[in-house]
Amino acid sequence: MNNRIQKKLQQDKKLLSIYFTAGYPNLEDTVPILKSLEANGVDMVEIGLPFSDPLADGPTIQDSSTKAIQNGMNTATLFEQLEDIRDHVSIPLIIMGYFNPILQYGVEAFCKKCKDIGIDGLILPDLPLAEYEEHYKPIFQKNGLSNIFLITPQTSDERIKHIDAASNGFIYMVSSASTTGATSGFGNEQQSYFKRIQAMKLKNPTIVGFGINNKETFKAATEHSKGAIIGSAFIKLLTNKGIEGIASFIKSIR
Amino acid sequence: MYNVNEKGYYGEFGGAYIPEMLYPNVEELRKNYVSILQEPSFQEEFHSLLKDYVGRPTPLYFAKRFSEKYNTKVYLKREDLCHTGAHKVNNTIGQILMAKRLGKSRIIAETGAGQHGVATATVCALMGLECIVYMGAIDIERQAPNVARMKMLGATVVPANSGSKTLKDATNEAIRDWINHPTNTHYIIGSVVGPHPYPDMVARFQSVISEEISTQLSEKENRTAPDYVVACVGGGSNAAGAYYHFLDHPAVGIIAVEAAGQGVNSGKSAATSALGNIGIIHGSKTLLMQTADGQITEPYSISAGLDYPGVGPMHAHLFTSGRGEFISVTDKDAMQAGISLSKLEGIIPAIETSHALAIFENRKFKPDDVVVVNLSGRGDKDLNTYIKHFNL
Repeated sequence: MNNRIQKKLQQDKKLLSIYFTAGYPNLEDTVPILKSLEANGVDMVEIGLPFSDPLADGPTIQDSSTKAIQNGMNTATLFEQLEDIRDHVSIPLIIMGYFNPILQYGVEAFCKKCKDIGIDGLILPDLPLAEYEEHYKPIFQKNGLSNIFLITPQTSDERIKHIDAASNGFIYMVSSASTTGATSGFGNEQQSYFKRIQAMKLKNPTIVGFGINNKETFKAATEHSKGAIIGSAFIKLLTNKGIEGIASFIKSIR
Repeated sequence: MYNVNEKGYYGEFGGAYIPEMLYPNVEELRKNYVSILQEPSFQEEFHSLLKDYVGRPTPLYFAKRFSEKYNTKVYLKREDLCHTGAHKVNNTIGQILMAKRLGKSRIIAETGAGQHGVATATVCALMGLECIVYMGAIDIERQAPNVARMKMLGATVVPANSGSKTLKDATNEAIRDWINHPTNTHYIIGSVVGPHPYPDMVARFQSVISEEISTQLSEKENRTAPDYVVACVGGGSNAAGAYYHFLDHPAVGIIAVEAAGQGVNSGKSAATSALGNIGIIHGSKTLLMQTADGQITEPYSISAGLDYPGVGPMHAHLFTSGRGEFISVTDKDAMQAGISLSKLEGIIPAIETSHALAIFENRKFKPDDVVVVNLSGRGDKDLNTYIKHFNL
């Protein structure tokens, strides 16, 4: 398997990845946001498939999900919007969502659709490692999808090694024990966690998420990892300034 | 066969579909709960508190006039006589002892109508532990007396303002709190829902109900099992407790009563077995009410305790395997049954329990059948709803 994520990870630079909730602020914003992110030099995008009960998310992403669902976003609509996306956007695209909507669509059908469109990976925080390995791994692999797992400061070394072995892209390193959008700034505790993981010399690179919202936090997060993901701060930008605000926001990060 | 397997599943239902942030907490509990439960010192403390603090064993009462009305033998398992007014406290006593043995200093819980919140605040007061209860902002408004009780008991009540601002959102908020406090906090879930091992652990704590039923029946009827055991099901903790020791006795009929709300097909219902399909809610694979594209929908019932869009994985398995008989009862019929029991037996039941009592109108039993109804809670908390419904 050699998809766009794996190629991107080989580039000699720190990667900036952006998360946004599909269907927010407006139902039809998905493709314009993706085009703008690529045009402004973003390396990778996580497209959030909104869910009614996003357990791992703080208020910003929750609210954007509620609004997106109210706007009419759902799995079928997202796939329609992304139908021709590979004619316009070439950076790696990852769908991030909770497992229930995917279970209802059918895991096999969902993965196949992702392949047809040109999605490179999935992040499903509530699909446990054991379930993935027992039931879904072959489906992901057949469709060329990297499954991205999360680790946290509380994840044991033994489990991190297991996750590393099961991963085929990058590992999503949650910066602190929190839901999304909850932290501000990285202290000594996070830095020593980042260093500890770096010292493990995992086969997959790590990309840090949760709590990155400006140049300083991006720099701190990428000192010991391959890249960083900005989510809640980007959603806030869309709320306040809309798509027109993307260019200056990305410039302010690096 | 109807109990949990070593992987945390009841048939195809159960498991632990949780984000990695919760994994250490849930795994710590999963690894330790059975051995802690089996420690003699735990059992001794648990049963002594159930006896002296909760008031167990609760009576198994032969409801003579109610039985005559329906021409069968009805026994009521009087969980309404437990301290705090419902079966909920059996579980919170067990979990607070578990939390202490795991070295936790901070307790969180979710609550709908406030019964589980009160039962949690009660045991936290008893043990001197910090208590934070998440409750939907809408529920806080409509359940003011229980909010006051929790505050009197020293708990902090935090409004859940996300989503629909009711029980499911309070549960989401409690889970988010747990993610943000990964080491010092224990989450006391109030029902047989959530990721493994919660459904099994809560069922074990509530299983004191069926254990007592069995002993009491041998005194009163010279038999150790009834012909039927009937309980209302929201998440399903009182039902799990009432069924527990009879699950593998095929001769015992298991009857689960869900809230039909304004009618199963009215669009305002909480009859999960009829309206739900398989999916994931609050970390468990089970039956739940959802849209075609997998968004969890809002249930409706006049009874806040049955107003949950899912059902515990044990019950999902009892339903799909055919082991349980599932009946749904409307708001109107439940309210009528509540009045009926009050007048026939001098017992005002919780509206949740009234659903279980309502089935006798249409579900006929033989005159010599022994039917045990789990009288899960008392109706004091529901007086306003009864007053409004009947213009009392």
